[in-house]
Amino acid sequence: MSKKLFALVLSFSMVMTMLLAGCSSQGDKASEPPADNSQSGTEASQPVENNNTEAKGRVYWLNFKPESDEVLNNVAKMYTDKTGVPVKIVTAASGTYSQTLNAEMGKSEAPTIFVIGNKSGARDWSDYALDLAGTPIANELTGDEYNIYDDNGKLVSIGYCYECYGIIVNADLVAQAGHKVEDIKNFETLKTVVEDIHARAAELGFDAFTSCDMDGSSSWRFTGHMANLEYYYEQEGEMWKNCPPTLTGKYMDNFKNLYDLCINNSLTAPTELSVGGHDAAEEFKTGKAAFTVQGSWEYASYKEALDNITMIPYYCGVSGEEKAGLNCGTENCWAINSKVSEDDQKATMDFMVWCVTDPEASRILVDSFGAMPYKSAVECTNGFLLDADEYRNNGCYVMNWATNFQPNVEEYRAALVSALNAYNADQSDANWASVRTAFVDGWAAQYAAVNG
Amino acid sequence: MNGSLAAERRGKTILTVVLSVICVIYVLPVVAVLINSFKLNTFVKTDTFALPTGEMWAGMDNFIKGMTFGNYPFWNSVKYSVVITVLSTALILIGTSMAAWYIARVNSAFCKALYFLCVFSMVVPFQMVMFTLSNTADQLKLNTPWTIPVVYLGFGAGLAIFMFVGFVKSIPLEIEEAAAIDGCGPVRTFFLVVVPMLKPTMISVGILEIMWVWNDYLLPYLVLDLEKYRTITIHIQYLKGSYGTVDLGATMALILLAIIPVIIFYLTCQKHIIKGVAAGAVKG
Amino acid sequence: MNRKKITRGNTIRRSTRKWFPLFLGPVVCAFIIGFVWPFVQGIYLSFCQFKLIADAKPIGFGNYVRAFKDAAFTHAFWYTALFTVVSLVLINVLAFTVAYVLTQNIKGSNIFRTVFFMPNLIGGIVLGHIWSMIFDGILSKFSTSIVMDSKYGFWGLIILMCWQQIGYMMIIYIAGLQAVPEDMLEAARIDGASKSQTLFKVTIPNVMPSITICMFLTLTNGFKLFDQNLALTNGQPIIMQEGGTAIKTTEMLALNIFTTYNNSSPNAHGTAQAKAVIFFILVAGLGLAQLAYTRKKEVQQ
Repeated sequence: MSKKLFALVLSFSMVMTMLLAGCSSQGDKASEPPADNSQSGTEASQPVENNNTEAKGRVYWLNFKPESDEVLNNVAKMYTDKTGVPVKIVTAASGTYSQTLNAEMGKSEAPTIFVIGNKSGARDWSDYALDLAGTPIANELTGDEYNIYDDNGKLVSIGYCYECYGIIVNADLVAQAGHKVEDIKNFETLKTVVEDIHARAAELGFDAFTSCDMDGSSSWRFTGHMANLEYYYEQEGEMWKNCPPTLTGKYMDNFKNLYDLCINNSLTAPTELSVGGHDAAEEFKTGKAAFTVQGSWEYASYKEALDNITMIPYYCGVSGEEKAGLNCGTENCWAINSKVSEDDQKATMDFMVWCVTDPEASRILVDSFGAMPYKSAVECTNGFLLDADEYRNNGCYVMNWATNFQPNVEEYRAALVSALNAYNADQSDANWASVRTAFVDGWAAQYAAVNG
Repeated sequence: MNGSLAAERRGKTILTVVLSVICVIYVLPVVAVLINSFKLNTFVKTDTFALPTGEMWAGMDNFIKGMTFGNYPFWNSVKYSVVITVLSTALILIGTSMAAWYIARVNSAFCKALYFLCVFSMVVPFQMVMFTLSNTADQLKLNTPWTIPVVYLGFGAGLAIFMFVGFVKSIPLEIEEAAAIDGCGPVRTFFLVVVPMLKPTMISVGILEIMWVWNDYLLPYLVLDLEKYRTITIHIQYLKGSYGTVDLGATMALILLAIIPVIIFYLTCQKHIIKGVAAGAVKG
Repeated sequence: MNRKKITRGNTIRRSTRKWFPLFLGPVVCAFIIGFVWPFVQGIYLSFCQFKLIADAKPIGFGNYVRAFKDAAFTHAFWYTALFTVVSLVLINVLAFTVAYVLTQNIKGSNIFRTVFFMPNLIGGIVLGHIWSMIFDGILSKFSTSIVMDSKYGFWGLIILMCWQQIGYMMIIYIAGLQAVPEDMLEAARIDGASKSQTLFKVTIPNVMPSITICMFLTLTNGFKLFDQNLALTNGQPIIMQEGGTAIKTTEMLALNIFTTYNNSSPNAHGTAQAKAVIFFILVAGLGLAQLAYTRKKEVQQ
């Protein structure tokens, strides 16, 4: 678009805004603030450039977790109060991160920090991500395990925190049923305890697992997290560096073991899971069930309600699983937008380093996120992450988040949910076969769709 | 003769009863929102049609949560929803009625082309332009509640102009002529003579635009600067956590708050609205 | 007379013409910003590969080829067509019936009219939230849900659309019915025509303009449906084809385009834009053809 035409259109739009302010002033109470705001709105193209030269860079973090919005805003305010650098936090509404990112990255004031949380994201946004290798923030890291590289080995994003997931156990309830958490060492022992509790649910007053809803609020616990056990074991110790084009599905039976155990020994009958609407967290917190499939981010809220909680690995009948640990990884990874000005990049880098080094800021962030893999970040107090460390220290293997390699995540998982829904309604072999198709063939198809 | 009259009367009574039943079914969804907004979250999906009594009763908790969650003040989203709806509708009504009158009366080749383009734009789905529109709106800084009406005017002009032109064409020229003879220029003729005659179509178009803008989600979500400005529909989406957990009770409470103004507005001027829609549609 | 009218029109025309900037200026500008420019740019982008508009690279017809090869897209097309036909017929027949009944001096017809029109004021995503709660509430009593069977999704969406649109169409039909000249109906009665004969031979031909506008509105509304589709089923359930290709059984065109945008393939944006152009040509072609066809019928009547 030529500059002349641009100016013409802009001036016309200003004329119209004025016209509109005039026309609506009689009936519109809200026209008082608009008056100056609309001015700053229409003429903003100039002041913005001024701002850039004066304030030396800005920070704009496009956040993807609605529940972190409040904490991030507080931290942003702290930083602005301290340094005068404006920090803007915009949070994408749930399930709309990729759509929001597409829209925001094209804007004149694009995000300076955005999230590249998995391999698909790394490939898609690699051109827009600064190579973080050797930068001040990368030098603060304690290790390399939460970093994401693109296919060419460029460090596109680094984890700002990490998490773990597994099976969360209410130890008190298990004890009440006459078992001990320490005795659960593999799938067999887990199954015995779970099935015993479920059989005596009426008498005990609580059940084994919380509801395993398949609606959007909970299906990811299975299609995203529990599925990880299949991917993890399929790696056979050779961790994937890139997304494999196909899966073998060798450990599907193990996935089925644990999945069946969950849905058939829970508060809600499998046939009713597709509707959803059961609050698994509430069920667990109020002691209605002894087990729930969840992650470390729920620790604070669970701990508030229950005294004795711990996290155990996904036991699923794989040989040698007595040595299994928790699933540790992250999808919370910072990437810096390489297309914004150098001032902005620098301001952003400073902000990130401050987040992981400032004791006060990192305290707030660690309390909210769990743990941050940085040298000067404060100690983590999350019980589940401490559990994960304990497993590791006892020589157990950490199950990495191979889930992060899922190609075309949303579509892949949606198909899996659909197949699981049919299976929950009728646990026939034919229906499990379609789960397998969605799981294994779906992977290949989505890989082809994305890379073809 | 008497028998058939009685039969007809009986038929009408049956019809009235049938229609009454349909009426009840018709308001049921709104009633469902009302009762579920006072219900505890966990019962919304399992006992949707039960009254919120006993252990299900949530009192005002859903409303309090809906209005206070997160760090974005709910009242701001109400304010911006009102600002955007009022300004956009006013702008569309004034702008397009003027344009439509000009198009119908001047009727030059340019006007005809413009009119055709308007009809054409009515059948263009939003998905066709959503990506480019949000980009253009950002470059022109139309990302505030006070400037986004320009976008609404642009994208919504088609239908409004189509309806206005249809109506203007049915107004006899003589009235405007008389005004011209009395010494009125086009501007005064339009505002003093034509606008009062356009009232039914104004209402009809106004309703359509208010409904569209007030309930719209995708366009403001893509265009507005989300840090500062959210509308009610956007605010409702933020009730969902990133893991998809959603407080249905609070959602219903917010939905109730979003539709109450519309329903009050409708009930107070339903006569004009229905008349306007009917008049606008027939002439258009 | 005719010539005189034209010259008379000319005086208004001449005096108004110079006021172009005031009368047309704002709308034309906004129209360019809000429609013409994004539209033209959209067509250009459908021939490009791009992640963001700033780095679009022209690649020719590749996007269109990909769009036509996409089995999910063709499925969405047929599904949308089916949905549109069913909803068009149902909404118009029901709206006309209700309008016809309400013009027969029924007691309380004003109240009925008010109630039936009300759902029009609730729209888009809010409507989706409300109805998914209701369908879940009903279907969970039978231990199933709207995402379990594509039939549920289809009829659920039909019910939702009927609920929302019948009132509006009914108002238009009532206005049309009230405009049918009383003397024509009287004449039919005197000629001894039965009620149904009067309806089909006199009333319906006279309300053709209303039928035209209602058909046009329901047709384009059906084809463009998005928010409700997204909120209600989001395409579930999904059928896996041979080789793992997933077909979302209840996904309509607009939703298909929308999800393609957010797909993580590097070609996704271009393909989605190409799909949008195809979609637009379809809607435009159908809508305008339908308008032309029924208008022609009106003239014949």
